Amino acid sequence: MTAFLVVLVIILFGVAVWQMGKIFQLSNPGGDNTSEVANDKDNNINGWLMLGFVLFIYGICIFSFWKYGRVMLPEAASEHGVGIDQLWLISMILIFVVGIITQWLLHYFAFKYRGRQGQRATFFADNDKLEFIWTIIPVIVLAGLIIYGLFTWTDIMNIEEDEDTIVVELYAYQFDWRARYAGEDNTLGEANVRLIEGANQLGVDTSDPNAQDDVVVNELHLPVGKKILFKMRSQDVLHSAYMPHFRAQMNCVPGMITQFSYTPTITTVEMRENEDIQDKVKHINEIRAEKSKELVANGDEALEPYVFDYMLLCNKICGSNHYNMQMKIVVETQEEYDAWMAEQATLAQALKQ
Amino acid sequence: MSAHAIDHAEDHHDDHGHHHKETFITKYIFSQDHKMISKQYLITGLFMGIIGIAMSLLFRMQLAWPDKQFTIYEVFLGKWGAEGVMDPNIYLALVTIHGTIMVFFVLTAGLSGTFSNLLIPLQIGARDMASGFLNMVSYWLFFLSSVIMVLSLFVEAGPASVGWTIYPPLSAVPQAMPGAGAGMTLWLVSMAIFIASSLLGSLNYIVTVINLRTKGMSMTRLPLTVWAFFITAVIGVVSFPVLLSAALMLIMDRSFGTSFFLSDIYIAGEVLHNQGGSPVLFEHLFWFLGHPEVYIVLLPALGITSEIIATNSRKPIFGYRAMVASILAIAFLSTIVWGHHMFISGMNPFLGSVFTFTTLLIAIPSAVKAFNYITTLWKGNLQLNPAMLFSIGLVSTFITGGLTGILLGDSALDINVHDTYFVVAHFHLVMGISALYGLFAGVYHWFPKMFEGKMMNKNLGYVHFWITAIGAYGVFFPMHFIGMAGLPRRYYTNTEFPYFDDLTDVNVVITMFAFFAAAGQIVFLYNFIYSMFFGKKGPKNPWKSNTLEWTAEVKHIHGNWDGPIPHVYRWAYDYSKLNKDESDYVVPGQDYAPQTLPLQDNEEEMHH
Repeated sequence: MTAFLVVLVIILFGVAVWQMGKIFQLSNPGGDNTSEVANDKDNNINGWLMLGFVLFIYGICIFSFWKYGRVMLPEAASEHGVGIDQLWLISMILIFVVGIITQWLLHYFAFKYRGRQGQRATFFADNDKLEFIWTIIPVIVLAGLIIYGLFTWTDIMNIEEDEDTIVVELYAYQFDWRARYAGEDNTLGEANVRLIEGANQLGVDTSDPNAQDDVVVNELHLPVGKKILFKMRSQDVLHSAYMPHFRAQMNCVPGMITQFSYTPTITTVEMRENEDIQDKVKHINEIRAEKSKELVANGDEALEPYVFDYMLLCNKICGSNHYNMQMKIVVETQEEYDAWMAEQATLAQALKQ
Repeated sequence: MSAHAIDHAEDHHDDHGHHHKETFITKYIFSQDHKMISKQYLITGLFMGIIGIAMSLLFRMQLAWPDKQFTIYEVFLGKWGAEGVMDPNIYLALVTIHGTIMVFFVLTAGLSGTFSNLLIPLQIGARDMASGFLNMVSYWLFFLSSVIMVLSLFVEAGPASVGWTIYPPLSAVPQAMPGAGAGMTLWLVSMAIFIASSLLGSLNYIVTVINLRTKGMSMTRLPLTVWAFFITAVIGVVSFPVLLSAALMLIMDRSFGTSFFLSDIYIAGEVLHNQGGSPVLFEHLFWFLGHPEVYIVLLPALGITSEIIATNSRKPIFGYRAMVASILAIAFLSTIVWGHHMFISGMNPFLGSVFTFTTLLIAIPSAVKAFNYITTLWKGNLQLNPAMLFSIGLVSTFITGGLTGILLGDSALDINVHDTYFVVAHFHLVMGISALYGLFAGVYHWFPKMFEGKMMNKNLGYVHFWITAIGAYGVFFPMHFIGMAGLPRRYYTNTEFPYFDDLTDVNVVITMFAFFAAAGQIVFLYNFIYSMFFGKKGPKNPWKSNTLEWTAEVKHIHGNWDGPIPHVYRWAYDYSKLNKDESDYVVPGQDYAPQTLPLQDNEEEMHH
């Protein structure tokens, strides 16, 4: 692949140099002092190139979708995510229609009306009707998008807590995550970084009765179909809890508690069966196998085959290891979740040890 | 008639100055002549641009081949590239300084500083800026801030590496990372000086445009370039002081123990005493400048484009009043949309709704501008000079990048692409590449005005444009896809996530195109430097343009016009205007009517 690309770049550059030579030849050998001003030949060549360029834009667009379409995120694994994907799709279609038409007009006009000696441009300075039309159309279209977008946004951000909601604290620090479950009382104990001491890594107030049954873990387990309310905290600098498969993200800000809520709808096991994911994982493992060959040849260990898992990433620059601040997310059935939870030690138990 | 005579007398009255003998120092270094200052801005800006682009190539190599070693890292980065492996801290420093340099030093000072200085006096018919001295101080402050920024690259612990947005606490707590130490302090000092420079420049531009227009040059006859520079300066005056206050508070948090932006922090094994501050406050202050900054960068480019497209289409710009109204609307809206950078910062979601609303509104004047450009091309007689190609290219990237802005401005959609490469692709196209195209267009078009009639080689210009145009789309189009795959920006490498392993191919393609595009810039640099000394002399008005700068002396004199300042009788866009019976142009055989041409008997009067 790399070799192919190197060749491609060399060829493109060669074409450019060849074109340069050709343009030099075609251009006026000089004489009068307007030799650096475009003449009919320049207009002609560049007019055609403009037409070629709009085809290049369409081409790179089609190429990208065909070649890179498979790297995109699979279907949303959360309830609200479906709404976001829907809105994304509608907006995408809209901008593609507008983009394709306007790019065509722009470059086609540049080609069609390329300058010729004796051609007379049309003096056309104003037209209120035209301008009204292309002001009012964006107004109407955008009004629709704004209203649709705001409804989606309000639905996501207006968090209604009920008895069934599971409260989880996401705790970020340089350069890892912890999750704190609220336990049986479903209420998180108070916490502050000033209380960090020894094993009490999150600074939980151990005298708070609500804190006793809290559970601190380094792997996030979520029962499918249950509403989860995340409360984000940061220990040191800004971080951002990004869970791309759930279309969820919220910054973690020192000194305040931020929140985000969603309901996971697809378990990890189900997602591994997803066609897009299977295709993607297969592709990734091909790449990894290829890389492993190289590594083994150098006497290094081969890469392990990749198995899909949901993940939580840090998405706000937070220091040198920002690129490796992650936590695994497991979405599972209620029974599996309960079984996992039963194995975890509560904070009170953990601190006693 | 007598009023006329008095005007003339006044013109001569301020004609002194240029008769004085100038020394090398007053002419080339501490010059108060706006034309020289504009060249100083341009050359400093280009120099900084070379640094900024070179940095981007280095980190593009790291992204494409994260597990390969390149000796070139060691050559440029020294101890941070030991044995050809790039250090994660220096990667972050590279992206930080790349962003800072390109946004502020190249596209703010290099673009607006260059062309506001060159064109405002020349196009409104003034002998110089309102205050030549302040103008000189403005440049030298910019120069000083550039020097400090470059020096900060050589600090022992490394330059600032907390992202160009310098969000605290990362930027406020030196323990957080090496790049938050002395390098960060120098960054803040440099920016504080830069802001002072920018303010002096902007105030000067505003006063000049308001007070020094020649007789007949009403506001509605101003070329769109001047309108754009004028409004840009206004936005700068409104928003840059806010960044200064944010920077000062950050300096105090860093050095004097205040807690404007800090609260409840436990770092490097100890609790900081700071209590009650909020990083979100900093984000508000930063983006109160940061978003208008996008338009400070973009509006001058759009102004330059308006002028160049009209001139080279041999047609009036379509909808002049709508264009001015769009500039005003964009300027106004730009100051009330900053929150769209903060949808998921933890601010109240209701604010998110408000900012979504204002943000999407800004698409309306932008769309009007794009449609007006396209209509200006329609039925023109397009002279495809390099400047014209870059202007058309600008409209193209402005549309592409602007459209993805509709997705990002929607708070609900922003949740999942915030801070991913989708954003990087979006803003590079809509402000980075577009503004750079504006800069190039301006340089090609006004090169003869800067260098006493010498012109740049058009063929090298064509090569430059086509390489850049292909390279720019080649870099930033595929980049949207790695963003849609969920890859966060500012990751030193994504090899820690096997999930992203299939993105390496895309990164290789992007890097290839980046090198391709950068190679094109070498053509430009060669052309620029060569033409500066050996460029062919063109005619006085090579592009057959209507605006006043082409009536000024080709040879640079302090005062621009040897004789009296020309008077203006019409707007700047009477291209291909026909006489009453439509048998010929207003001036027979000449498809343009310069602003200095009085209204002819055989033409209809327009409302300008």
